[in-house]
Amino acid sequence: MTEKILTTHDLHLYYGNKEALKGINLDFNRLGITALIGPSGCGKSTYLRTLNRMNDLIPDVTITGEVKFQGRDLYAPQADTVEIRKEIGMVFQQPNPFPFSIYENVVYGLRIAGVRDKSVLDEAVEKSLRQAAVWDEVRDHLHESALALSGGQQQRVCIARVLAVSPDIILLDEPTSALDPVSTSQIEATLLNLRHDYTIIIVTHNLQQASRISDRTAFFMDGELVEVGNTKEMFLNPEKKKTEDYLSGRFG
Amino acid sequence: MNAKTSNKIAVATLYLIALIVVLILLSLLGYILYNGVPVISWHFLTAPAKAFTAGGGIGIQLFNSFYLLILSMLICFPIALGAAIYLNEYAKQNWVTALIRNAIEILSSLPSVVVGLFGFLLFVVYFGLGFSILSGAIALTFFNLPLLTRTIEDSLSAIPDAQREGGLALGLSRWETVTKIIVPAAVPSIITGVILSAGRVFGEAAALIYTAGQSAPALNFADWNPFNISSPLNPMRPAETLAVHIWKINSEGIMPDAKAISSGSSAVLVIAILLFNFAARFIGRRLYKRLTSS
Repeated sequence: MTEKILTTHDLHLYYGNKEALKGINLDFNRLGITALIGPSGCGKSTYLRTLNRMNDLIPDVTITGEVKFQGRDLYAPQADTVEIRKEIGMVFQQPNPFPFSIYENVVYGLRIAGVRDKSVLDEAVEKSLRQAAVWDEVRDHLHESALALSGGQQQRVCIARVLAVSPDIILLDEPTSALDPVSTSQIEATLLNLRHDYTIIIVTHNLQQASRISDRTAFFMDGELVEVGNTKEMFLNPEKKKTEDYLSGRFG
Repeated sequence: MNAKTSNKIAVATLYLIALIVVLILLSLLGYILYNGVPVISWHFLTAPAKAFTAGGGIGIQLFNSFYLLILSMLICFPIALGAAIYLNEYAKQNWVTALIRNAIEILSSLPSVVVGLFGFLLFVVYFGLGFSILSGAIALTFFNLPLLTRTIEDSLSAIPDAQREGGLALGLSRWETVTKIIVPAAVPSIITGVILSAGRVFGEAAALIYTAGQSAPALNFADWNPFNISSPLNPMRPAETLAVHIWKINSEGIMPDAKAISSGSSAVLVIAILLFNFAARFIGRRLYKRLTSS
């Protein structure tokens, strides 16, 4: 049994009075890719955003239950969201590079953390961009605006930006749904490389994507976790009827 | 009438209206510049004004205008920036912030002469600051603060929320996200707003007549000690600005060349404000380019 890096126990989330997550029990092993799938509005993105407390930004949200990262309760009163998000990074659906140069985008987290040494920063930029598989495309214009890149390149720069602060976990919220097929396959290749060094949790609408890249899959529906397991086993032989219906395209 | 003809008539009418606006602007500018530009010379721009004889200039008034502008911006900008950051980044939408927004709106629609009289009663008389650059600068701050706050707030809210999420998700605190990402990203449009409001302040007369005063005592431009009464930097001296000067010459000027001086001053004022406008666009665009690629 591998080590559990992140555990959630009886996690409920309410938007006002509406219950969006109805008691989720789900654990994540260290390293590898877990895909969260399910129809729109099933709570998979909401769930993802509880893992680095991004839901804190939304007014009227109530969260009960327990989220533990390496044994530490993320929702304890003394938990520091700033520290949490340094260890649990996030990539969003829309690429959101800062309106600065590629170089500045990647080193931003480090600069804020107080790293001044030019050689350390340079090294981090190259390493992160290489890991995100975008180095060869941008190496000659590191000092140009990140906004001038294509959507797929922007998204990989955003991944590099997260990698630069060396988090343990990377959350990705439908990172390819705004991208074309070529960029999508580049991002997928990037993630497959990263799975050996990072714990990756990805929300995706694309079932093929989940089956191509993930080691484990969790299927959400109506705010509940229906089934979780090894991706291959689940896609070939789902335990629950709902999962089978969804995977075979009967709804959703 | 079919849809095509009515469309053509609507477009033609709109063009005509736009044309009228442009023509009014051009004829106004043309008139002011035609009358004023021949008067402008180095002597006119630098010499002190003369009360009874011809050949006076606007040197002191011009200096006063700029000095007052800078002082009031120094007071106004930090407050406006702080208020805008609070309103856009931190404030929750409730009755307190609704009250603040309403207050800002009302403050920005106060007639400037009312602001001037208020400044006169409070700063000049009650606080005993006298007719002074300081009184004027504070009155201008009252006049300028609401608009500047609004402009900066708009600049900040134009930055997409994805940027805030990106910053926070990277482990930046709220404050770091605001100061290191949101404000820098908004700098070009903030600068544009600041320069445009500077143009407004530069041309303001009514708020200054009762606060900075209508006299321009002789200045010794060799004396930069702000505590000496004849020093240009002394904030406690009365200081007639260019806009006030124009108003004063036209209402009670008795120098023989009053009309020429008034025309020349108007032209200088208009040119300065036009320069502010062009500079705003130019600097805004340049800064955006500079900041988005390091």
